[in-house]
Amino acid sequence: MTLEFSPEARQRAETIIRRYPPQYKKAAVIPLLHLAQEEWGYISAEAMAYVATLIEAPPVKVAEVATFYPMFNKEPIGKYEIQVCHTLPCALTGCGRIVKHLCEKLNIQVGQTTPDRRFTLKKVECLAACDRGPVMLVNKTLYTNLTLEQVDDILNGLE
Amino acid sequence: MDASRCILTREMETIPNLTDIDIYIQHGGYQTVEKALKMMKPEEVVKAVTDSGLKGRGGAGFPTGRKWSLLANRFPRYLCCNADESEPASFKDRKLLEGNPHRVIEGMILTSYANGINLGYIYIRGEFFQIIEQMDRAFAQAYERGYLGKNILGTGFDLDLYTHPGAGAYICGEETGLIESLEGNRPYPRLKPPYFPAAIGLWQAPTIVNNVETMADVALVVEHGADWFKGFGTEDSTGSRLFGLCGHVKKPGLYELESTITLRSLIYDVGGGVRGDKKLKAVIPGGISAPVLTPDELDVTMEFGEMAKAGTMGGTGGVVVMDETVCMVDALLNISMFARHESCGQCTPCREGMPWINDMLRRIEQGHGRQEDIDLLLDVCFNIEGRTVCVFGQAPGVWPTRSFIVKYLPEFQAHIEQHKCVVLPVEESYLRKENVEMLGVGVFRAKNS
Ligand SMILES: Cc1cc2nc3c(=O)[nH]c(=O)nc-3n(C[C@H](O)[C@H](O)[C@H](O)COP(=O)(O)O)c2cc1C
Ligand code: SF4
Ligand code: FES
Repeated sequence: MTLEFSPEARQRAETIIRRYPPQYKKAAVIPLLHLAQEEWGYISAEAMAYVATLIEAPPVKVAEVATFYPMFNKEPIGKYEIQVCHTLPCALTGCGRIVKHLCEKLNIQVGQTTPDRRFTLKKVECLAACDRGPVMLVNKTLYTNLTLEQVDDILNGLE
Repeated sequence: MDASRCILTREMETIPNLTDIDIYIQHGGYQTVEKALKMMKPEEVVKAVTDSGLKGRGGAGFPTGRKWSLLANRFPRYLCCNADESEPASFKDRKLLEGNPHRVIEGMILTSYANGINLGYIYIRGEFFQIIEQMDRAFAQAYERGYLGKNILGTGFDLDLYTHPGAGAYICGEETGLIESLEGNRPYPRLKPPYFPAAIGLWQAPTIVNNVETMADVALVVEHGADWFKGFGTEDSTGSRLFGLCGHVKKPGLYELESTITLRSLIYDVGGGVRGDKKLKAVIPGGISAPVLTPDELDVTMEFGEMAKAGTMGGTGGVVVMDETVCMVDALLNISMFARHESCGQCTPCREGMPWINDMLRRIEQGHGRQEDIDLLLDVCFNIEGRTVCVFGQAPGVWPTRSFIVKYLPEFQAHIEQHKCVVLPVEESYLRKENVEMLGVGVFRAKNS
């Protein structure tokens, strides 16, 4: 199967590539991988090959990058990606409780996806909101000063 | 705190919608750019920054004017503003970018003009989704108003600035790792020398890498002059600084202060003291990589020089407060987990040393530590320090490990001798539970696959 961006994403890709000098198109690889992940939810080998054509680099160059950076999912994840910060300042303010609660509530362990593919639970490192811990990201939204009740409300609020 | 001393944050706290360029301009925004481009020579801008004594706010505290003067005499040159902000306990750049993006853009324009740069990027960590969008909008507005692009304000100066997102790797904050990442590679830091960015940086060209807060300070220096800027802070640490308080403190948050404040006053007067009026046990004063301080070491000012004398570092100004319920083995285990996960894997002492430290600490924490483990930990530290490509090996690797062990040795020994935590039973320490829980699960995303 060959993948291709939607016309809209294609246009955004071109804007991104124009930000770099033409001889250094390869610099666009991270923003383009983000775009690919938005389009398809994760980065497949096909997606890597497609991004490679856009920046005129060998697919292995893209694979090298995609496999290094933690934000790129190499396999499909749930509709909602929940990432709880577990670095020291958040650990001091009780992120352990939040993680445990989420595990129990979603009935999965960290790193897993619920069988209905709605939720993926992950731990993440410092999100630069340490004064408002515990914190978590749900897809692109940051929630801060979390309590267990708030976590319930947030989960209930997601369709 | 005297609000008139808050030179960086006052605007964004008092003026609503400052992120909109029209509001920003109404309040005098971009006048400095106009003044500098039309009335100052690039050398004059460099001189103002040098004279101001401004030191970089990205962690190392290197004088900004001096950094600029080291640029190799070649063109093109590039600018990278470092907004990777991944140092745990640091959240100042987020607040600045959220609250006052145009101030940072002004700083970037002035830096570019001063150094003959026509293309620059702000490297923003990937998790800052909204900030990246907002910054893209801010740049677009600046282009529309003619502050970016070709022939800016009719002065003949051209400049393009763009955002560049990261994707969740801490090491992209290290300046040469950032450059590799921007070029589209794995962010393996480069060997210095020869790869000092000022000599051989982005695409092999002379490059300036400066922190977000540094950029905002540059705008202030050019707006008000070096002498005005020096009127804040001390000779060693001019201007104001953004200090972040987090952990077990009553009033966590970001505070703009002068470095004359002592760490004790920062925690007790500004932060309201320890949460629940518990006893203070330990403080990490400058981002998690900085060596830890004990409660009797707090009468030190937040100046870069004084911090160094106290055996720690001012770093990013992020202060972590820990109360008496914290097990130091536990806390260090958390830090070592971070170090293990974020080592880029390029050089052996760091790639192998971090997991080794982490494993030994886990063993001690679980009550299976051996007498010789403490010496072994220090020995591993010794063998990492100075033997790695970048400073990551030391911070957050060696420095926290060594300082925790040296300053809280009895706690480590008790763990080993009594085969258990002596601070609190498992069920009462969230921090401890957190680590115990983590053992069984595959949280370490394969880094070197
Ligand atoms: C492991 C490591 C991580 C770093 N992370 C950051 C960061 O997130 N943000 C930052 O501005 N500087 C970071 N730095 C410091 C940069 O290498 C560089 O010194 C700084 O961006 C220079 O800017 P300044 O002179 O304005 O401080 C890091 C350094 C190291 C060794
Ligand atoms: S010290 Fe660690 S982080 Fe730095 S280059 Fe070596 S392996 Fe990478
Ligand atoms: S430690 Fe959780 S946001 Fe910084």
